[in-house]
Amino acid sequence: MFVYADNAATTAMSKAAADAMLPAMRELYGNPSSLHQKGREANMALMGARETVARCLGAEAKEIYFTGCGTEADNWAILEGARLGAEAGKKHIISDAIEHHAVLHTLAKLEKQGFAVTYLPVHENGLVRLEELAAAIRPDTCLVTVMFCNNEIGTLQPIREIGALCREKGILFHTDAVQAVGHVPVNVVEDNIDMLSLSGHKFHAPKGVGALYCKKSVKLKNFIEGGAQERGRRGGTEAIPGILAMAAALEESCAHLEENMAKVSAMRDKLIAGLSKIPCSRCNGDPDHRAPGIVSFCFEGIEGESLLLRLDLAGICASSGSACTSGSLDPSHVLLALGLPHEIAHGSLRLSLCEYNTMEEVDYILEQMPDIVRTLRQMSPVWLHMLENMEDPYTCS
Amino acid sequence: MAMEYSEKVMEHFAHPHNVGTIEDANGIGEVGNAKCGDIMRMYLKIDENEIIEDVKFQTFGCASAIATSSIATDMIKGKPVTEALSLTNKAVVEALDGLPAVKIHCSVLAEQAVKAAVADYYKRKGMPCDICESCDCVHEHIKAGME
Repeated sequence: MFVYADNAATTAMSKAAADAMLPAMRELYGNPSSLHQKGREANMALMGARETVARCLGAEAKEIYFTGCGTEADNWAILEGARLGAEAGKKHIISDAIEHHAVLHTLAKLEKQGFAVTYLPVHENGLVRLEELAAAIRPDTCLVTVMFCNNEIGTLQPIREIGALCREKGILFHTDAVQAVGHVPVNVVEDNIDMLSLSGHKFHAPKGVGALYCKKSVKLKNFIEGGAQERGRRGGTEAIPGILAMAAALEESCAHLEENMAKVSAMRDKLIAGLSKIPCSRCNGDPDHRAPGIVSFCFEGIEGESLLLRLDLAGICASSGSACTSGSLDPSHVLLALGLPHEIAHGSLRLSLCEYNTMEEVDYILEQMPDIVRTLRQMSPVWLHMLENMEDPYTCS
Repeated sequence: MAMEYSEKVMEHFAHPHNVGTIEDANGIGEVGNAKCGDIMRMYLKIDENEIIEDVKFQTFGCASAIATSSIATDMIKGKPVTEALSLTNKAVVEALDGLPAVKIHCSVLAEQAVKAAVADYYKRKGMPCDICESCDCVHEHIKAGME
């Protein structure tokens, strides 16, 4: 069987997205900035797409800026928030330890430019604590950026409350919602969000398109200089095919949000229950505030890349937070931020489901996993050492 | 981060040779550490003619780590101890038809595991051992290289 369980990395395009894209490629080929009918046609379609995306987020069309990806939106939002802060003499930013590298590396860049950044800890369950955020706020805090849903462990942060706190204190609030949009309810007004990043290929749109939502009261400046596209804020001919596909995909996801959430969480819960039966394993993240489709586990005594390749040989696509898969010597910063020791973080597995997966596929994963873990453990000196010191390997004690 | 593994690497990963332990091993070497994500343990049974009559390994690590330790056991089984000492990581990589650049350190670890096991054999026999100059964790070298 072939099972694609890496939807947090990217998703297959939906039929709706592909159907929206095809005419855009062969017929709607005009440049939206052109005066003639071909241009006007393309511009109408672009406007329609913008209205759709805005509606899905509870925003106004003029607050939506199309970008090349979620990473670009993150970079733009954070650099802008910092610039606006610096203009007002405020150079302190608050974020957290488990942000995506698009956020962390942008913050690191700002630190080199003289900004102070406080990274809130996330404790065992991956959640940011409001009291700690409140305590970290200073008179010179200009921006708070906290991701809506973590890509690795699926933890859903208390965004509405964080937004409310920031609103109260007059601090700009940005959220990287790349893993959330299209999967859980996101409403920029109700959730008190000033700026938000999203990425098409995480909800069945093609790769190469994303968007930044920026509240109209925020004086956003250009990220990319050039033509007058995106209300003069982002030069570059609009990626019409991708944008139309993204709007169609988002509309479809939002229309089926409740039923998809129910279907996917049921599969997720069965997966978690089944994997938990494997001794010396732990599920990462918060049981109550978890994305519908993301399952993160650590299996003691084995290493992530070998686990992934064994799964791959069995036809299952997944990912891991081990060092070998991150290209550095350290395992994922997210798992380390949870307080997991290196040895355990190396044995991590992330399975991420979407509404295209089936219970049959979940059953297949659960069939394959115990043997794979057992085989890898049998050749692991770490596991064999653990066995020597354990009374009962079945309860891992 | 895409990674291309040769067929040989995948074969050794999927069906590793000589996995296990040796009850009456007379040379045991362990290198690496769990913090780095790679540990290799080699068990040697060396006979009175200094021939490696049996070898087994255990590895905690990625596909490259498993493949390099597996093929290393093949390369030294039935050979004289002195030949095992001259095993190089280059030979291991060649035998596997190559490794991605970021995984070459796994082959170094395999070489070190073999040498550590031989060093242990010499130590038990009370013989002098000058293998140990390369005994610090190969990952320290990688870290230094990355800084």
